[in-house]
Amino acid sequence: MTTVDRVVGAGIDRIDGPAKVRGTAPYAYEHDPGEPIAHVALVQSTVNRGRITQLDPTRAEAMAGVLAVLTPANAPRLSGDLASDLPVLQSLDVHYQGQVVAVVVAETSEVAKAAVGEVSVEYAAEPPDVRLAVDRPDLYAPEKIMAGYETDSVIGDVDGALAAAAVTVDATYETPTQHNNPIEMHTSMARWDGDQLTMWDANQGPHNIVNDLVAGFALDGGHQVRIISPYVGGAFGSKAFTHPNQMVAAMAARVVGRTVVLELTRQQMFSLVGHRTPTIQRVRLGADPEGRLSAISHEVVEHTSRVNEFAEQTATPTRVLYAAPNRRTTHRLARLDVPPPTIMRAPGETPGMFALESAMDELAHELGIDPVELRIRNEPTEDPERHIPWSSRSLVQCLRTGAERFGWAGRDLRPGVRTDGRWLVGTGVAAATYPARRRKADCRISVAGTPAGPARYVVEIDGSDIGTGAWTALTQIAADALGVGMGDVELRIGDSRLPFAGGAGGSTGLASWGSAIVLTARELRRRLEDEYGGQVPPDGVTVDGGVPGPSPHAQERSMHSFGAHFVEVRVDADTGEVRVPRATSVYAAGTIVNAKTARSQFLGGFCMGLSMALHEESVQDEVHGHYANHDLAEYHVATNADIGEIDIAWLDEDDPYVNELGLKGIGEIGITGAAAAVANGYWHATCKRIRDLPITPDKYFR
Amino acid sequence: MREFRYAAATDPAAAVALLAGEPSGAFLGGGTNLVDLMKLGVATPDVLVDVRTLTSREVTDAADGGLRIGAGVPNADLAADRRVRERYPVLAQALLAAASGQLRNRATTAGNLLQRTRCGYFTDVTRPCNKRSPGSGCGALRGLHRNHAVLGQTLDGPGTCVATQPSDMAVAMVALDAVVQVLGPDGARSIPIGELHRLPGDDASRDTTLRHGELVTAVDLPPMDMPSRYRKVRDRASFAFALVSVAAALRVEDGVVADVRLALGGVAHKPWRAAVAEGALRGRPATEESFAAAADAELAAATPLPGNGYKVPLARNVVVRTLLELTGGLA
Repeated sequence: MTTVDRVVGAGIDRIDGPAKVRGTAPYAYEHDPGEPIAHVALVQSTVNRGRITQLDPTRAEAMAGVLAVLTPANAPRLSGDLASDLPVLQSLDVHYQGQVVAVVVAETSEVAKAAVGEVSVEYAAEPPDVRLAVDRPDLYAPEKIMAGYETDSVIGDVDGALAAAAVTVDATYETPTQHNNPIEMHTSMARWDGDQLTMWDANQGPHNIVNDLVAGFALDGGHQVRIISPYVGGAFGSKAFTHPNQMVAAMAARVVGRTVVLELTRQQMFSLVGHRTPTIQRVRLGADPEGRLSAISHEVVEHTSRVNEFAEQTATPTRVLYAAPNRRTTHRLARLDVPPPTIMRAPGETPGMFALESAMDELAHELGIDPVELRIRNEPTEDPERHIPWSSRSLVQCLRTGAERFGWAGRDLRPGVRTDGRWLVGTGVAAATYPARRRKADCRISVAGTPAGPARYVVEIDGSDIGTGAWTALTQIAADALGVGMGDVELRIGDSRLPFAGGAGGSTGLASWGSAIVLTARELRRRLEDEYGGQVPPDGVTVDGGVPGPSPHAQERSMHSFGAHFVEVRVDADTGEVRVPRATSVYAAGTIVNAKTARSQFLGGFCMGLSMALHEESVQDEVHGHYANHDLAEYHVATNADIGEIDIAWLDEDDPYVNELGLKGIGEIGITGAAAAVANGYWHATCKRIRDLPITPDKYFR
Repeated sequence: MREFRYAAATDPAAAVALLAGEPSGAFLGGGTNLVDLMKLGVATPDVLVDVRTLTSREVTDAADGGLRIGAGVPNADLAADRRVRERYPVLAQALLAAASGQLRNRATTAGNLLQRTRCGYFTDVTRPCNKRSPGSGCGALRGLHRNHAVLGQTLDGPGTCVATQPSDMAVAMVALDAVVQVLGPDGARSIPIGELHRLPGDDASRDTTLRHGELVTAVDLPPMDMPSRYRKVRDRASFAFALVSVAAALRVEDGVVADVRLALGGVAHKPWRAAVAEGALRGRPATEESFAAAADAELAAATPLPGNGYKVPLARNVVVRTLLELTGGLA
């Protein structure tokens, strides 16, 4: 083999970029199944809880171009094993507003949508119960919270330590319901060939979708379902798991006997594909006069739906971030008449870090200590709850490097004293953290000689590129692991026929898929050396490999990425408008595979955190029970004009424990803590502490 | 989406005649608002009469020193017109504070004037809304109304409506005393722009005083020799409707307000001409105290809802700030 330079770490342009820019990269809606496609539209419940008392599809059925109207009365029966809201059209009961109560299949999307209006539905409904509150008598402790964490953690005597502390903070923070809004709407195109289902689908992991379809349609196994998802137009968690849209598409295709496509509308994405739960978080901190924490308490109240239990792990970052001998974290849930919540970029850490890092800022003010210094003083030498060493931890270096790059030194601690014309000016800081995990992933690498040129390596793994750059990063990893150039590698991802991999989620993608590729490539190279004298044999060689699951060190080392955000915040003294003209974010996340796409990930994460701080909120109407701002005109996300200069940097960090590549995953850390940094800067500018996001201009006038 | 017919006409009179015979028809301009509403099922015209190329796309000088804006002039062209930028900066600024470049290229002057409220209960056919479905109620009154009206709402009865008029351009034109030229089945007429939009009264379904079949053909701007400016406050830096906006023009002579124009957006079912404030200011010293007293006098009539009380102090602050900026007394 020839020697090539390592490409891991380089800023390589996206290999899928040209196809995407030219519009030739097929997204789910754009595949050609080779026959005319029928279109699916949904009739959705307009009540939150109750029962369908009358459902008349006859006018819709009579419309020209309508192929079928599916209702609970005639829809194919799905397996009773399906959970959450996946048993679509299996019952007359309504559990949330927006639930699918009938499905129209028609020759065109226009006819299908028109027919939706001709299906008459009546309900016996109860008033919606949607308000989350800390004094609800029905709050309960779930058995576990998401990602397998314990619901509560209690260490030492928190109340005693708080009572004895020289300085305390006791504050309650609220984050609103938020909705994933990737550019590409959830889309599923389905076709049955006998008992064989093919689905071109927008998701974060084809293998994640297969099992629910196998179960729902009582198929023999995964070989009867093929999910194809090579390109996905953005995803932040709502495309991680199966939702009703995939069940409906498969059901509709089966009924009409041809290919159908269901593309959700933007409005439908506010009820059918999950949301981030609202949270109410009480944080109490106790410290000595030098700022050393004696107690941390973080109590979380959040919601779930009637049909699923989604217990967001909101207080888990508090279990790792700072040292304190006395500690408590709790999670309590209210079951409300809401659609099933789901994951949204850094579920848990994102709302949780807003509360914890706001409270740390409040404590710094109470103590008169610089908030960077306060964090450094509470740096734990080991995982403060598991009492095991870190695999690597560079928070202090991130804080120091960020402070240096931002120009933090000499900052005036006092709030509300700086102006520039009519702008009130402040600066804020917050830490970031996210777990580093590895999951099971299989991989197959085949090599064959070509008559004219060098050997060609085909790398197959069911990874996903949801816009992150995985196509490119995995090709870089494979090239280095095989000791060849990127041009000699053909990567295949996004197809459930490929070797198993978990989806893109939990910042585990490169850690898991990349490790599987490295180990498989290593085995291939060993075989080529041992069995073929280092030459590619005429018939080629194929090797199957992978990683079995978490790092073997996961129980003895605490594995997390860390970071620090610094922001300048300007608030108009007359109007309460907020601007963030500049920010610095510094991260330590192990090996960085692609400097260019990594920067984009860090940038995007920070921008989404800024958007959370200032804009994003799904407002639920407590009378009618729906999300009243269910489109992108009224559910505001940050625009380009809201984003100022953002300085992104990362530290070299060598972590031999996390995985074969020493990388920690970077899809989510950027959003964690970002909202707190903005809120802290807002307080420093205005002297107003806004503890309920988003910080919209109206809150300036409280 | 329902089926509808598309009709083209050869000139404005023919278009008016066509629509007069179609009680459920509508004129189609740039379509940036109407087509969205049709997709949502909020607008259900049987026929669209295309007037995109029938009215003028030109801004012309008027004999009195003002300007005549053809109804078909795209928002982007109007904002870029040198005469508008120099003599009516309030209008150019209002246009550029609205929508996006793509939408401003497409949207017409007449269409902008006649765009409908963005109230989420109006745009969702599964909710009560007296504007869309008279008699069904007002969902926003006890629902999401953070960005709804604080002045001139109808708070009970069948006309209950707390929606706002969304056009920035219209607010500027109200401050400029523009005149809307209309061609209808009964001939042409001129409507002072302050009389074009209406409060909900007992019929929230009607946004304007236009009669069915009337076509806006032009908007006339009288001559303007006062400095003017537009200030829009919104939830984010771009691409959002006004929480509050102010269109203002001011002439100060010897430290005294010689003339003033003031209109507010985002606060009512129509662009709100602040006549009380204007009256309180004329002949008064051009000081922050006078501006604040005038704003308070205007806003004394406000009847904010539980969720939008902030608009009263916000509007006050923006009025004061904008007038101060026009005096040159504030950087």
